[in-house]
Amino acid sequence: MSEKEKSVLRAEGIDKFFFSPNKNQVLKQVSFNINRGEFVSVVGKSGCGKSTLLYILSTMDTDYQGKLHLDEELISGKPHDYLAKVRNQKIGFVFQFHYLLNEFSVLENIMIPGLKLGKVSRDELEHRAMEKLKIFEMEEHALKKANQLSGGQKQRVAIARALINDPLVIMGDEPTGNLDKKNSDIVFNKFKELAQEFKQTMLIVTHDPEFAAGTDRIIEMEDGRVIRH
Amino acid sequence: MKWSLIIELSKALMFARLKQTGVAAVGVMFSITMFVALLGFMNGLNAMLDGLVLNRTPHIRFYNEIKPNPNQPVDESPEFSGSLNFIRSIKPSTSRLAIHNAEKIIQTLESDPRVLGVSPKISSQVFFNVGTIDLTGVVNGIDVEKEAQLFSFTDYVTSGNYEDLNQTNTILLGKGLADRMLADIGDVIQVTTAQGNQVQLKVVGYYQSGLGDFDNANSFASITTSQKLLGESPSYITDIQVKLYDLDQAPPMARELEQIFEIDADDIQTVNAQFETGTNIRTLISYAVGITLLVVSGFGIYNILNMMIYEKLDTIAILKAIGFNSTDVNRIFITIALSIGVIGGGIGLILGFLTCLGIDQIPFETEALPTIKTFPIDYNPKYYLIGGSFSLITTYFAGFFPARKASGVDPVDIIRGK
Repeated sequence: MSEKEKSVLRAEGIDKFFFSPNKNQVLKQVSFNINRGEFVSVVGKSGCGKSTLLYILSTMDTDYQGKLHLDEELISGKPHDYLAKVRNQKIGFVFQFHYLLNEFSVLENIMIPGLKLGKVSRDELEHRAMEKLKIFEMEEHALKKANQLSGGQKQRVAIARALINDPLVIMGDEPTGNLDKKNSDIVFNKFKELAQEFKQTMLIVTHDPEFAAGTDRIIEMEDGRVIRH
Repeated sequence: MKWSLIIELSKALMFARLKQTGVAAVGVMFSITMFVALLGFMNGLNAMLDGLVLNRTPHIRFYNEIKPNPNQPVDESPEFSGSLNFIRSIKPSTSRLAIHNAEKIIQTLESDPRVLGVSPKISSQVFFNVGTIDLTGVVNGIDVEKEAQLFSFTDYVTSGNYEDLNQTNTILLGKGLADRMLADIGDVIQVTTAQGNQVQLKVVGYYQSGLGDFDNANSFASITTSQKLLGESPSYITDIQVKLYDLDQAPPMARELEQIFEIDADDIQTVNAQFETGTNIRTLISYAVGITLLVVSGFGIYNILNMMIYEKLDTIAILKAIGFNSTDVNRIFITIALSIGVIGGGIGLILGFLTCLGIDQIPFETEALPTIKTFPIDYNPKYYLIGGSFSLITTYFAGFFPARKASGVDPVDIIRGK
């Protein structure tokens, strides 16, 4: 199996139920595979379960049936602490709402997952964080507090943070959903750049057809099922 | 997981809510300040009040009690051994007040490792002759140096020099007694003993114990002066006072030595039981108040941390999403709680000490307590240690439940809820 075909994320028959108010199956036998270097978008109508799927794939939601492999390792049923470590090391997150920590500067926000991983020294990490910021042309804002940035800037910082530990896969939950057209385009172009220049594996949930059209592959969902992948 | 990152995150969260954190720390600070000041003051007073009596009281006192002989001849007689004997009008036998072989007893006691010191004493009833009036009183013949060393004698000598008492025919009058006799230092007063001897004694100072009745009747002279006064030999001693290293050993030792020396012995616990009870209850009350203050401030911290967690749900969710586990989040909030405890407690201890210094400066002068000029304070480090530990324990528990709640936050709920 070549490097290109190595599976990063593989879901097998994932079922998910919500129990409140009534028992309701939101995901039905969801199965797909994402290989290294793929830029994949998940699309579907509101309520089709695409966000729910993303939370399961991100290991944050562990209440599901089926098998999930990350980096060819079965991670379903692993203890929470182990999953936290996996998230820290192998997954980068970008949310619809920026979710930066307002108490910290931009640079520190990017460094925190790296400090948590603790693989490299603080100085080295700071250097790396600056590198990431440069990709997003945000280096002059490095010392600002997170809440002093505009929405688009925040989202770019959030992507930089997702990249700090050189994750296996970046997951995005409508990363442009909260941005205006101009910022949305900037953020999309950055994703595109990451895919092309750095061969970064990415899985982005979106309901923006324009965004989806720009990705390598589209997984389409409807009513809890994958109808196209 | 590196603690430096946890501490950094805790610090950032605290600084983000500096005012609330400050209020929580001030709460701890205030309660620790009060705890330390209260206990210092309360125990200072306790020590002073107890000292009033206990310092001057020997741990064991040996003496000959005047009492009827328990072995009456009729009981010894074989003829009446089987019968029930009634004897009326028994009088105390003519046993001496003086302790037999006192010197040997003192030597034995001094070589006992449990004994801190031994001081002999002669107490004699006298009349102080003032013009035509006779005042009854007691002259306590004491070994001046030992009395000073063991029973803080000098603390109570308010004027005059106690060392002058070593000269023969000198006397140190109780303040009340001196006032009644209008005797100044340097005056010569006349004393008549129960045996009828008249002696003239020079007043060298006043003694004020704080117990009015005592000061109205008691006076002090050296052992030799007392012996001269009574016309007794230099071996005449009526009391032997013993001070021990460990006060708690007094009752068993008194019982033991009573047997060996064949004299009567009183121990401090039996004589002054009520003092210890009073002290214990006062200490208990001050601890109760202090700990209540701390618990109340603990609830303050609990509230503030709970609020902080509600405000920072986003932050907690994001930390978890980027790979912090429950233990890390738990540690962050426990660190916040403990920092509040350490900072508030630390400042509280310092302020408590300063408050104690302040109280120590407040004048407190009463006729009854001649040696006390300001409020007494106990600076025992024990209270600071207890206060410090309690501030940490209460803040830990105040942080425990909020931290557990924070660590249980499900990031999906928060992120989805947006």
